[in-house]
Amino acid sequence: MDKKLNLKLMLWRQNGAKDKGKFETYKVKDIDVSMSFLEMLDVLNETLTREGQEPVAFDHDCREGICGACGAVVNGKAHGKLKGTTLCQLHMRHFENNETIVIEPWRAKGFPVIKDLVVDRSSFDRIIAAGGYISAKTGSAPDANAIPVAKESVEQSMDAAACIGCGACVAACPNAAAMLFVGAKISHLVLLPQGKVESKTRTGNMVHQMDKEGFGNCSNEYECEAACPKSISVSNIALMNREFMFSKNPPKP
Amino acid sequence: MLDSKIPSGPLKEKWANHKLHLKLVNPANKRKYQVIVVGTGLAGSSAAATLAELGYRVKVFCIQDSPRRAHSIAAQGGINAAKNYANDGDSIDRLFYDTIKGGDFRAREANVYRLAEVSHAIIDHCVAQGVPFAREYSGYLDNRSFGGAQVSRTFYARGQTGQQLLLGAYSALMKEVSRGNVEIHPRTEMLDLVTIDGVAKGIITRDLISGKVESHAADAVILATGGYSSVFYLSTNAKACNATAIWRAHKRGAFLANPCFTQIHPTCIPVHGDYQSKLTLMSEGLRNDGRVWVPKNANDKRDPSKVQIAERDYFLERKYPTFGNLVPRDIASRNAKEMCDSGHGVGETGMAVYLDFADAIKRLGKEKISERYGNLFEMYEKISGDNPYEKPMMIYPAPHYTMGGLWVDYNLMSTIPGLFVLGEANFSDHGANRLGASALMQGLADGYFIIPYTIGDYLAQTTPAGMDLTSFPAFREAEGQVVQKVSRLLAAKGKRTADDFHKQLGKLLWDKCGMARNEAGLRQALNQIPAIRQEFWENVNVPGSGEDLNQSLEKAGRVADYLEFAELFVMDALHRNESCGGHFREEFQTPEGEAKRDDSKFCYVAAWQHQESGAEPVLHKEPLKFESVNLTQRSYK
Ligand SMILES: Cc1cc2nc3c(=O)[nH]c(=O)nc-3n(C[C@H](O)[C@H](O)[C@H](O)COP(=O)(O)OP(=O)(O)OC[C@H]3O[C@@H](n4cnc5c(N)ncnc54)[C@H](O)[C@@H]3O)c2cc1C
Ligand code: FES
Repeated sequence: MDKKLNLKLMLWRQNGAKDKGKFETYKVKDIDVSMSFLEMLDVLNETLTREGQEPVAFDHDCREGICGACGAVVNGKAHGKLKGTTLCQLHMRHFENNETIVIEPWRAKGFPVIKDLVVDRSSFDRIIAAGGYISAKTGSAPDANAIPVAKESVEQSMDAAACIGCGACVAACPNAAAMLFVGAKISHLVLLPQGKVESKTRTGNMVHQMDKEGFGNCSNEYECEAACPKSISVSNIALMNREFMFSKNPPKP
Repeated sequence: MLDSKIPSGPLKEKWANHKLHLKLVNPANKRKYQVIVVGTGLAGSSAAATLAELGYRVKVFCIQDSPRRAHSIAAQGGINAAKNYANDGDSIDRLFYDTIKGGDFRAREANVYRLAEVSHAIIDHCVAQGVPFAREYSGYLDNRSFGGAQVSRTFYARGQTGQQLLLGAYSALMKEVSRGNVEIHPRTEMLDLVTIDGVAKGIITRDLISGKVESHAADAVILATGGYSSVFYLSTNAKACNATAIWRAHKRGAFLANPCFTQIHPTCIPVHGDYQSKLTLMSEGLRNDGRVWVPKNANDKRDPSKVQIAERDYFLERKYPTFGNLVPRDIASRNAKEMCDSGHGVGETGMAVYLDFADAIKRLGKEKISERYGNLFEMYEKISGDNPYEKPMMIYPAPHYTMGGLWVDYNLMSTIPGLFVLGEANFSDHGANRLGASALMQGLADGYFIIPYTIGDYLAQTTPAGMDLTSFPAFREAEGQVVQKVSRLLAAKGKRTADDFHKQLGKLLWDKCGMARNEAGLRQALNQIPAIRQEFWENVNVPGSGEDLNQSLEKAGRVADYLEFAELFVMDALHRNESCGGHFREEFQTPEGEAKRDDSKFCYVAAWQHQESGAEPVLHKEPLKFESVNLTQRSYK
């Protein structure tokens, strides 16, 4: 329980989108194995602050794996090597004493770096704004039990809806594609009867926005699924492609 | 002085009558009004989306990089509604009564009744939006039970109900963004409220990326900025949760109500080290199937599997046979604390009790349990390294929710005209203790179904500004003050970090104003807070500059406000010489150790008014009148 680690961190430091950025090396000592990865970074930051240096900027909020704010590439893996885990839920017991850990931001055209490990993911919001919703106005709904929905469909829909929008799928993909994120939202909605009404326009609009934001194409590497902290399945991408073929604004021939 | 604007007439007809008498803004005129919404949790997103649907022009602000990441996303267990789909005797009246009683008779009857009344519509709307609530094999919606209720009225989406409800509200918000009715400003923090002639007319913000301090004017301002549990430093709340927005509004004239009413949640993963940055909740839903126990003998350090059934004390089931493990949170928490204080606690620190699923797994099978709580079990294992399918969970209470907040009238308007407050940021519906699954209900009730009506009444009586007010002196002055505060923080160049001060404050409050409070301790805290605050301003170390992303600076600003807020928080706890709900004063308890209210002296809402001069805040009392329920000693036996 009381095991402590000494670690060497190779951390990406970059001051703004225009800065070229570079790796800096830091040492942290006496890291308790029960700490989370972010708590380890807190220790580093408290030390840097006391020494009069600028702490490392990183996004985080809930620290329980649900808000999707945190994320970094750790030793080449988005959110680190532990499957189905966000960086805030990765604990230091998964590292070895004297290990060197390489920590970098998500790298993708669609996610420009803001500072250190913080990137701009507003492209995801714009993709949702392009159609990731059911246009039910407040006040217009029938009784919640008016439309039964098969348990199976809801469970499948929920599997996809569990996406936390962290962007690890993009960071892990060699083409920096956002198809798992977009596919998950499309599946979530289209698997429910309520979501079928607008499905024809939704998919096309979302996919076109995704292209506009500079995300790449899927070449079936499956890296996204492996990196996804919620283990969202690549089958959502297949479903999205199918939906896209039949959408109102299908792929240009 | 305090007019709660509770409509006259019978309780059950108040809201319907009130709606009929509220003034309306003609559809064509709605576009002339600008509304600011601060906060994109359930309360803020639902309000912003709905107001935009109605035709108002809306600007939305939040701290996170996307509105979808507001702290509501972390809610796990579920949302209440009096649907009675379970056919187990639920009704609006029962939900109303459970909530009033759960709040230990310190909430307004009229507000709570309205909340129960609109609860139906929330579920209907969320289903229409595509929220994938759990269903039975029939295809109809499933329910579970939460503390303080004997019916199953909680709707849920696995252990991610808050996430799914927020994604619903967020998608509605983004729909309105795409239609040009809403402008979103993520990574933007409100640092002050601006009033002109005593009326809320806008806010001052800081862009967290560029550091730019800016003014935004509007015809009405809505705060939906969440709760202040993180005043304790360690809490179940997300790291960005703060009291800055409500504290700034308070300093501009909005009364703060019942700040000492805080909720300590019984089922959280215990603290394990001083590096710890937050505590993780294990949803109350777990108490449906988990049994809480400690060894009967004090200081029994054996492995739980070695402790025979006869040697175990299932203390909640023993003391409260009717509600058992599902007693309300304040009671469950205090009992866990008592057990640990008397040496029965388990785990390395002795500050934990067991939450055991062995019986439920035997009865229902591992698969069913995993379907219900799989993600929570996984989370527990990741954090603790133990597998709860095999070994009982260890839990301990932690700060979780704040019932106190800005005072609002029945229309959800604060004491500053034009300033409305929704969700956890207001004080309105939960009295001295909130029942599980009722915060999500309240946030969405406020945003989807109440503010759209009540704000219209205010705006109908307000001429739209029709011009940019941000050049007015009030904006210039407030901007100047914000810039000055930022420079002061950066200039201190001391030796201690903001987190360090926050931890010190948090520990003090947890010890003196946490689960149990007494006069002597509260007085000590009142003495120590000003000293910590003074040292903070002299000795805080905020590195970096004010002109780019500077998370240390953000934190320091929030801690500075907590250091002011904390004093009022303790003062309120000291003045309330009774125990009620989450406010447990050791001097006031029944022979069985339950909270003992004093209805003759304290049946009121304590609303505090800030004094510009630096003098002590002034207490205003809003008497609570109960017409439909009898005030009783709460019993869950
Ligand atoms: C772990 C956990 C589990 C929970 N589970 C449940 C549950 O199962 N059922 C239930 O009913 N309740 C639950 N609750 C309580 C419930 O989640 C919250 O009370 C509720 O979500 C609060 O919603 P809100 O909209 O008021 O505020 P929040 O969701 O807290 O949103 C606050 C918003 O305000 C913004 N903000 C704050 N300050 C500023 C500022 N100065 N400037 C700009 N923006 C600002 C934030 O960025 C954010 O967007 C849970 C709480 C926790 C902590
Ligand atoms: S901080 Fe919220 S998911 Fe990691």
